[in-house]
Order: sequence, then C-alpha cells, then structure tokens
Amino acid sequence: MTNWPLFEVFIRSKNGLDHKHVGSLHASDDNMAIENARDVYSRRMEGVSIWVVESKHITASDPKENSAFFEPAEDKIYRHPTFYHLPDELKHM
Amino acid sequence: MSLNNYLLFLADSSLILGQRLGEWCGHGPVLEQDIAMTNIALDYIGRSRLLYQYVAELEGNQKTENDYAYLRSEREFKNLLLTEHPNIDFAYTVTRQFFLDSFFVPYFTDLSKSKNEKLAHIAAKSLKESQYHLRWSSEWIIRLGDGTEESHQRIQTAVDRLWEYTGELFVESEYESELFFQEIAPDLKAIKSAWNQSVQSILSEATLQRPKDHWFQSGGKNGIHTEYLGYILADLQYLQRAYPGLNW
Amino acid sequence: MTEIESKLLEFQDRIDRDERIEAKDWMPEEYRRSLIRQIGQHAHSEIVGMLPEGNWITRAPNLRRKAILLSKVQDEAGHGLYLYSAAETLGIDRDTMIDELHSGKAKYSSIFNYPTISWADMGAIGWLVDGAAIVNQVALCRTSFGPYARAMVRICKEESFHQRQGYEIMLDLCKGSSDQKAMAQDALNRWWWPSLMMFGPSDKDSPNTAQSMAWRIKRFTNDELRQKFVDMTVPQAEILGIKIPDDKLKWNEERRHYDFDEINWEEFYSVVKGNGPCNRQRIEARKKAHEQGQWVRDAALAYAEKRSKKIA
Repeated sequence: MTNWPLFEVFIRSKNGLDHKHVGSLHASDDNMAIENARDVYSRRMEGVSIWVVESKHITASDPKENSAFFEPAEDKIYRHPTFYHLPDELKHM
Repeated sequence: MSLNNYLLFLADSSLILGQRLGEWCGHGPVLEQDIAMTNIALDYIGRSRLLYQYVAELEGNQKTENDYAYLRSEREFKNLLLTEHPNIDFAYTVTRQFFLDSFFVPYFTDLSKSKNEKLAHIAAKSLKESQYHLRWSSEWIIRLGDGTEESHQRIQTAVDRLWEYTGELFVESEYESELFFQEIAPDLKAIKSAWNQSVQSILSEATLQRPKDHWFQSGGKNGIHTEYLGYILADLQYLQRAYPGLNW
Repeated sequence: MTEIESKLLEFQDRIDRDERIEAKDWMPEEYRRSLIRQIGQHAHSEIVGMLPEGNWITRAPNLRRKAILLSKVQDEAGHGLYLYSAAETLGIDRDTMIDELHSGKAKYSSIFNYPTISWADMGAIGWLVDGAAIVNQVALCRTSFGPYARAMVRICKEESFHQRQGYEIMLDLCKGSSDQKAMAQDALNRWWWPSLMMFGPSDKDSPNTAQSMAWRIKRFTNDELRQKFVDMTVPQAEILGIKIPDDKLKWNEERRHYDFDEINWEEFYSVVKGNGPCNRQRIEARKKAHEQGQWVRDAALAYAEKRSKKIA
C-alpha cells in the first residue's frame, strides 16, 4: 500500500493570534492528524489550538503568475497611510 | 506504611510501563507514532517521579526518587503485571495501553478527590494525561480491529493473551483496602464496572471479541512478578548497581 | 540566449539577492536534486541517529537522565520528520526516501555508525556530535531553500538543550569518581575524531561544495565549519579537565585559530562506504522497524477508507 496522506499543520500559539503554518506530517485520518500534530508540533507548549488540513485540499497561487498577481498592487501607494502629506500639528490620525 | 506501599505500587507501575514504552523509541511503525509513544512514556516516567518523590518525602533519611527506582529488587517492586509485559508488537503495546488507560481514567478521576491532598493533586495531573492516552489507545484498537484481516487477527490475539492480566487491576491488596477505608484510595468495585463498560464498548466498535473471564494472574501488587521484571530491572538499575553511590 | 539560460540567470540573480526559493518556484533540476539529496541525508541522519542514543534509554542512570534522554531522542524523530517534510515539498515522498536509505542508495552521517558502549557516550554525543551538528545547522538556517531553512530554524531552537544536556553529563562524570572520569576521557577519545569527520571531506576533496555555495545551499565550506567547531570545543574540554586526543592541537596566534592534526581520511571513507562498526546493525534496525510496521500502516489506511465510504 501507499504512504499515509500528507497534512499541513497550523497552530495558534496563544489566543488573540492567527493560526500559523508550522509544517506538515503524515496521518491515516483526520483524528490521527490532529493527534500527531499535537505530539509532533506542540511538545514545548507551542499552541492552544491546532488546525490540520490534508495538503491536497490546499489550492495555491502559481509563482509563474506572480507578476500578474502581485505587481499590479505595487503602484497603488495611495492605499498606504504614509502616502498622505498632512500638517505636523495634526496628531493621531 | 500502607500509604508508602500504595505510593510505591502506583510509582512502580508508572515507571515499569514508561520503561517498556521507552523501548519503542526509534523503532516505531511510523515516525509520527514513534513520537506519540515516547510522549506517553514521558508522561509515565514523570508520574513515577512525582510519586517516588512523595514517598521519599514521607520516609525522610535523605532518600531520593532514585533510591526507590534503582535500588529495590524484584520482590520489592509492586507494579501491575500488565505493565511489565513485553511490547511483542504494536498490537500488544496498544492493547496493554488500552486496558491500563481504561483503568486509569476512572481511577484517577476518583483518586483526584482523595482525602490525601498531595495524592489528589498528582491524580488530577495524571488524569489529564491518561485521558489523552485513552483517546490514543482506543482509536488504535478500533483502527486495528476494523482495519485489515491481519491487523484484526493480531489485535484479537493481543486482547486474548493479555486478558489474564486484567483481573489483577481489581484485586485489592491489603494496603489498598486500608487506604480505601481512610478515604484515600478509590473503590475498586466502582472502577471495575466503569472499566468493563468502556472496554466492552470499544472492543465492539473495533469488531473484537471480549474474552471470557477465566483464571486471572495476580501478585504484582505484592511483589510476585512474571519472569520479565528481573530483566527490566537488570537494564534499568545496571549503572547504579555497578557503581554504587555515585552522582550521574 | 535560450529560455533555459535566461531562467538560470534569473534564478542565480534571485539567489545572489539573498531571496529565498520556495517549493513551487522554478529551479534548476540540479538544484532540486542536490537539495533532495542533502535534506534526505540530513533527515536520515536524524532517524539513524536515534539508535545509538536509544541504546541507553532503558539504562539511564537516574530518572532525570532517563526523561531527558527520552525526550532528546524523541526530538531527533521530530527533526527527521521536519526534514522529510521539507524534502517532500520538492516532489519526493517519504517512503521513497526511506527505501533509498534502506537500500544503501542514500547516505546518512557516518558518526552514527560508531557504537555507544558506555554511559559517557551519551555525554560525548550530546556535547560533541550535537555540538558539531549545531555549527552545521546554524549555518543552514539561512540556506536558500525556504522550507529547508524554516525546518532548520525550528530544529536549532529545539536542539539548544541537546548539547547542554550532553555537556552536563560530561561535567557530572568529570566531577565524579575516578571510574567516571576515566569513562568521560574514554568517550572523548573515541568520539573526537569521528565528530571532526562530521563536517565531511576537506574542501579540496569536496566536489559539490562550489556549486552548493554558489546556490547558497551551503553558506560555509566544510573546513571553515570544522575549524569553527574545534575553536569552540577546545576551551570546553579544558573546563571539563579532560584531554582532546590530538598531540598536534595548538593555538596558532597568527591564524587566531587552533591548529589540529590531519583527519584519518582512510577511516572516514571506509565508514562512509559501509565498513563502520555498526553500519549493518543500524540499517537492519531501521528496516526491521519499517517492515514490522507495515501491517500497522496498512491497517490504519484500510480503516480510514472503510470509514470514508461509510460517511459517503
């Protein structure tokens, strides 16, 4: 038979923070994936919540299209607060 | 004295099981489960240390946890026979774990209400660990029971062969009865019915047969062991016996 | 310029700008192959490396040491896992890598082919072998391939206790009885040279180094890292009060480095080729674990399939 499927693991290190991708592992089913993630990726109290998702379910953008995807945002600097020139007297805006 | 014996019974059972699980480290069926079993082993080693440290505190005389683990002989060890059973294969290991976890979860639930506060505290900590272990071992019992023909047969064999060691869980030693009367130790009769229920329900979900009750082995609680324990201790205690009294 | 040439140039540009390469990015086939080989070797070393130390888990001399050793060897399993995962992003699966280890096609660090014959070896391994590994691994935290670099960051964080626990074992032995001190000295004598060999062949005999450096897979040469390790370790041995088995070892004021004797390269290549004291036992132990685990892995998959059919 074949390998157990690959899962991606995301951990929230403490409440108030996002889940962050920490790595991957193999498991035969979802339950086992959560437990394996607990045993492999939270041995040092790294988390308070774990997500796992089978890697094949992740749809990723294609790096070949990076220029079409991401570069059009580059010249829209007016989306950033520092784009605007305001008088120094104005505090906290 | 009963309290000391009782603590040693719990501590020895934890240590010997931890030692057995530790043998898997580096040899597991898949990397993720190698790590899982070592985690369980570490819980048990940690548990044994808390309990030995408590006995040491009671006895005084500058004794340490290591005096109990490393300098007592086979006849003084009070661990459950089930804990010293060899790993044999993953099926035996999972089954041994499942029988013990199904016991420890109701047991520590009860013990965490003990009149002895220190013991209640250790039990509460142990309970959290055992709840996780039980989740791990029951899921594996079900996976293997309802997996392939080979796994079904292997796990059924392990259940059948280890069954004779489960009776001992509920045979009350003198020190246990005395502590039960003092409202320190749990009532084994209540634990037994919880155990029976949980074992029955997982075994049937796993499509496995519950063996018939016949003759049960016992003796561990009073220091009468299988032949396996001597070899475990020979490994475990080797350095302390070969070079007495040194600091490592 | 052909398309591939311009891609190669662009790739090298990215490397030179110190950009990280991610798994789905275009990369030269040879870059991919080198990484798979190196990460695979690294993962195998972690897994085979569990065996020599695992040899003492049941015999650790006190409960504290037993818990430490167990969790350390467990970390190595974790590190192997992180590294296999990093390699898997390059399109090779773990089973294939494991098969290559078992067939002898893939290599692992030769150090683990030496036997652990006394408790002091747990100290020497932590102190020297993990010490050498850390020198290597810290350098790899900035390697050009993102998943490998991230795995290394995680590993380095976790490994920081490994060397300390080993050194502490040595310290306790050196402060102990004459038997214990002799045990520590003996372990240093046996592990010193194999530890220096961990950095690989000397630069002049290391054919892959130049390309790996250009691609920033490696960021320092074998000899640079080896020198760094020697410089770090000599004062640590002095604190322990035991002697490094090298009569030519001497501080060189001009170079601001320690000089040391030539490695026995014949032994090095012989162990790499499979003639170390434990090569066969190590691979047999790994194969046995894998083969005896086959029915477990199959059962779990079969169960998962049955269950998903039931739900569907």
